[in-house]
Amino acid sequence: MSQQEFFLPDQEATAHLAAKLGRLLRPGDVLALHGDLGAGKTTFARALIQALNPAETEVPSPTFTLVQSYSVPQGQLFHYDLYRLGSPEDVYALDWDDARTGIVLVEWPERLGSLLPAERFDLALTHTDHENSRRLIITAPPGRLESLHVG
Amino acid sequence: MLALALESSCDETAAAVVDGKGTILSSIVFSQLAQHRPYGGVVPEVAARAHLERIDELTAEALHTAKVTLPDLDVIASTCGPGLIGGLLVGVLYGRALAKGSGKPWYGINHLEGHALTARLTHKVAFPYLLLLVSGGHTQLVWVSGVGQYKRLGTTLDDAAGECFDKAAKLLGLGYPGGPALEKAAQGGNATAFELPTPMLGHKDCNFSFSGLKTAVRHKVVGLGTPTPEQVRDLAAATQSAIARTLADRTARALEQAPQRPTALVVAGGVAANSEVRARLTTLAQGKGLELIAPPLNLCGDNAAMIAWAALERWQTGIGPFDDGHPRPRWPLDAAPASA
Repeated sequence: MSQQEFFLPDQEATAHLAAKLGRLLRPGDVLALHGDLGAGKTTFARALIQALNPAETEVPSPTFTLVQSYSVPQGQLFHYDLYRLGSPEDVYALDWDDARTGIVLVEWPERLGSLLPAERFDLALTHTDHENSRRLIITAPPGRLESLHVG
Repeated sequence: MLALALESSCDETAAAVVDGKGTILSSIVFSQLAQHRPYGGVVPEVAARAHLERIDELTAEALHTAKVTLPDLDVIASTCGPGLIGGLLVGVLYGRALAKGSGKPWYGINHLEGHALTARLTHKVAFPYLLLLVSGGHTQLVWVSGVGQYKRLGTTLDDAAGECFDKAAKLLGLGYPGGPALEKAAQGGNATAFELPTPMLGHKDCNFSFSGLKTAVRHKVVGLGTPTPEQVRDLAAATQSAIARTLADRTARALEQAPQRPTALVVAGGVAANSEVRARLTTLAQGKGLELIAPPLNLCGDNAAMIAWAALERWQTGIGPFDDGHPRPRWPLDAAPASA
């Protein structure tokens, strides 16, 4: 496992990092987005998706629909918000098997319990004293974070 | 002309029978709210299962209340999207099977089209009009110029207005559903006691953004430690005011950008039940010499009468049944197929 910590002073910095991370992703990758209500999980996911496919001008919060899918250069990307998921197995009713052949972003991943894949990126977003800045800790499978280092 | 419709796109199972003149012969809504309350939101698998358990009984009840039988119907319709895939599947498969078995045409209807045309069912509003659709899943401004003719002038860039109500209520420790809980808490609160952002206010386009407001509410709550009941009331009032002012401002912008003078300003969706939202939109409409049309509360939330009406409008204008039959979790209104 490799781990890196980032301080993101504003939304622009968040978008920049999300874009860089997005380009590293391959089909089969799972990104678990951890953080409280308002921590910026959806904002991060939106920035990542729009960096990969600028034609996706609308990346709505998936809180209502639970999952949204997008076309990206690497294939299909699925954006989940499992906040309202009753039990982990319910995720299979939400195209989970299909989604695992593509790239998966998951908000509220703890709702998956033991179904959360062990091989994954963990992104922990936390608030700082300032309303617009965030701290982000990324934990990733070995060797996957090297090119994130600079800038 | 008689239509039976089924609606199961989110947390309500509904069935209705409506005639071609717009008389609602029956409209039955079974709310799953009581089942969802322990989870603080809609739980999709619970939703799909509950839809499945109820839909047969609800359909029979809708037909019985309307005093009609299957052979009397001209068309059967189901909500085809957008919404939760599990629930949509139940309504679509049930509706299609019923249509197939009884030899009737089946219409797959966009849930948002149902909301968009409700004002014609209830108030016979003539085209074109401006629609503000505000619910838990949607916040958009739509120029409605005819059946199947919708142009989105603006939409939310992140959270829906209803979602903002829900999440702010959650942050304030209020109940679910968040909209009514927050409105109740806001009564007697001082909206100016806290300063909250009104995102997009004054922007040239007609889009919305509510994610920053949610974050600001969180920041205030954390800053207060444990807010007193009075602070909760004030924050609830400030949040409601910020949402209502944003909705009114963006709607004003859309009225300026509308291709021609609308016949009315129409507001639909669950958030239209909020009294401050209604008050601000009424003021806006009156200032422009327009009438604000808000369908009655029971037709503002999810219901099947609006789906039946949309099917009838399509039928009566000669737009054939849309028959692809695939439920669509994502289905922008201006991508609603005009015909098969």
